[in-house]
Amino acid sequence: MAEIAISARHVCKEYVIAGMNHDTLRDRIAHGCRSLLGRGAEKKDSPRSFQALNDVSFHVMEGEVLGVIGHNGAGKSTLLKILSRITEPSRGEVDLYGRVTSLLEVGTGFHAELTGRENVYLNAAMLGMRKVDIDKRFDAIVEFSGTQQFIDTPVKRYSSGMYVRLAFSVAAHLDPEILIVDEVLSVGDGAFQKKCLGKMDEVRRDGRTVILVSHDLPVVASLCQRAILLRHGRVVGNGQPQQIIEQYMSEAFTGTGISLADRTDRYTKGELTVQAITFLDDKLNPLQPVLSGQHLVIRVQYKCHVQKVFKDMRVMVVINRDERTSCIFSTDLVSRTPLDLEGSGYVDFHVPHLPLCGGRYFLHAAIENNTMTQDWVQYAAELQVLDGDYYGTGRMYPHDGWRGKGMFVDHSWRFERTS
Amino acid sequence: MNESELQQAAPLPAGTLASAVRTPTVKIRPSRGLFHLDLQSIWQYRELLLFLIWRDTKVRYKQAVIGAGWAVFQPLISMLLFTVLFSYLAKLPSDGVPYPLFAYAGLLPWNFIAQATSRSGTSLVGESHLISKVYFPRLIIPLAAASAPAVDLLCALLMMIPLMLWFGVTPGWQLLFFPIFVVIALLAALAVSFWFSALHVKFRDVGHIIPFFVQFWMFASPVVYPASLIPERWRTLYSLNPAVGVVEGFRWSLLGQRPPSLETILPSVGIVLVLFVSGIVYFKRMERTFADVI
Repeated sequence: MAEIAISARHVCKEYVIAGMNHDTLRDRIAHGCRSLLGRGAEKKDSPRSFQALNDVSFHVMEGEVLGVIGHNGAGKSTLLKILSRITEPSRGEVDLYGRVTSLLEVGTGFHAELTGRENVYLNAAMLGMRKVDIDKRFDAIVEFSGTQQFIDTPVKRYSSGMYVRLAFSVAAHLDPEILIVDEVLSVGDGAFQKKCLGKMDEVRRDGRTVILVSHDLPVVASLCQRAILLRHGRVVGNGQPQQIIEQYMSEAFTGTGISLADRTDRYTKGELTVQAITFLDDKLNPLQPVLSGQHLVIRVQYKCHVQKVFKDMRVMVVINRDERTSCIFSTDLVSRTPLDLEGSGYVDFHVPHLPLCGGRYFLHAAIENNTMTQDWVQYAAELQVLDGDYYGTGRMYPHDGWRGKGMFVDHSWRFERTS
Repeated sequence: MNESELQQAAPLPAGTLASAVRTPTVKIRPSRGLFHLDLQSIWQYRELLLFLIWRDTKVRYKQAVIGAGWAVFQPLISMLLFTVLFSYLAKLPSDGVPYPLFAYAGLLPWNFIAQATSRSGTSLVGESHLISKVYFPRLIIPLAAASAPAVDLLCALLMMIPLMLWFGVTPGWQLLFFPIFVVIALLAALAVSFWFSALHVKFRDVGHIIPFFVQFWMFASPVVYPASLIPERWRTLYSLNPAVGVVEGFRWSLLGQRPPSLETILPSVGIVLVLFVSGIVYFKRMERTFADVI
């Protein structure tokens, strides 16, 4: 029977917000003098505190991989810091059963003046490894990093890629029973990332216990057996990664509180605006997250604020993930039918096979004609896509491809033997 | 899912009772009490301590042409300067020992304490990236920073041999006490380091105070003059300076002049011990919030 590896009970963490917190000696002396003289009569404002974690309880079984997700400021980092003993909880307790290594960063303590070899020893010792163990694994570490030739060169002469590879290699060879990781997977180039994910998978298959904090939802979905969702320092979800990710994403936009219609960070004439963008499936039911290859409907709702017919308009949506690539959906690209807008309504873009790979995408929307832009909102919506079975063959996109992730393209092949 | 649902959805899994019997490898609790010192964790991380001392020493003398030679040159140059200034010009007495030797024997422990103070006082803030990213007993940082100058002390000590041959001074049985004074010097350095480094995390003023403090401290210690120069009635007050016992002890055990009075040594050593223990307690108390404040 699996045993408990980590048990956290009612963990709270409060931070005192600076202000009443005497930050310099002068303040403290001044304050001391005032109260001595009896002039400390000014109202003693209680130090404002901020509850970073509030009654967080969970447990992780041996060999389980737990993902922790949540928005920025939800308490993920604080939780990690408490689990890694960097800071103490204000209340509550945590028990860890087994040797723990936590990686909040790769290459902690690397010193630019020291050689690769020296840094490996220093860094490994900092992560709690004994010298005899480092000696044993040294060759494996260097080989994994691919920096054999430069191992006796000071790391200040390393390229940033080499530096990160060496640092990650040390981390990858720690051999802990419990591993606590903070988004360190996103380092290095594609080929090295592949190696790292392979290593993570190995750790998992070896039956180690892992806590993984990540924004990379597909990684959480594929690596973790369970996930917890934090919001404002509380655990608001605990269960199947897929289910928790859905919960997280349904909060993603409603959570910000400002609806697209009310946003003011837009370029607009104020006469005709994009009111909302929603994602629907082929039966027009709400859909989020979306799987690659799924039938997706992007519904763009508009509203005219003046009594007028806007003639020959185009409604346009641009989806991108990074600054380099994007794809565009526009009413005038796929048809020559003129589109006249008045009152309010919506345009549905049907994408029969969503060609996007797993990841987080942003949508930008515009309504314009050839002479004038009526409304243009950047980052109008967020689309979370999970890797899905695009081709219906049961195969997924190779984890990173060999040049990062791209798009699915319909293709076929034919084999012919010529001799 | 709302919170009440959540509690039902996550009951303690089977096996909880069985594992309750196991003792956790790591227990994380809010720490309470002044004397929860947890010093055995330092022993667990002793290799890291050695690595850090070695790193500090190595980095210090890397890309320097004469490298560790600086550890010897610095006190030698100070010795020459002091001899000209305080012996030749100011005619300070030196308890019957040739003044250069007198000064060098005083500079040995003094340089060590001064180096340890100035290097370790700001060490925690200097290593803030470590404190916010990885766990190890924080005491290791000032320990390493204050111990690293001991390597310099060792180099400078070797230079003492040719100097003593040159001036024809042979050490006597007092040399047996030398290791004791080295330990006291180390304790004194650590005591000051613990206090300063912990204070520096919260009050950055400490960083400005240290250089000035070290300079002041040197003239308040019998480095360039003998303690016997201090008028009798001020002697006890003077001996509350933790460096007094160390410097006098070094000189006596190496050069074997007139033994320093116990009234000078004992208060000084006593203060060292008090500062050392209180330093650890204060440090451990502040340690809890280092990562939040730094």
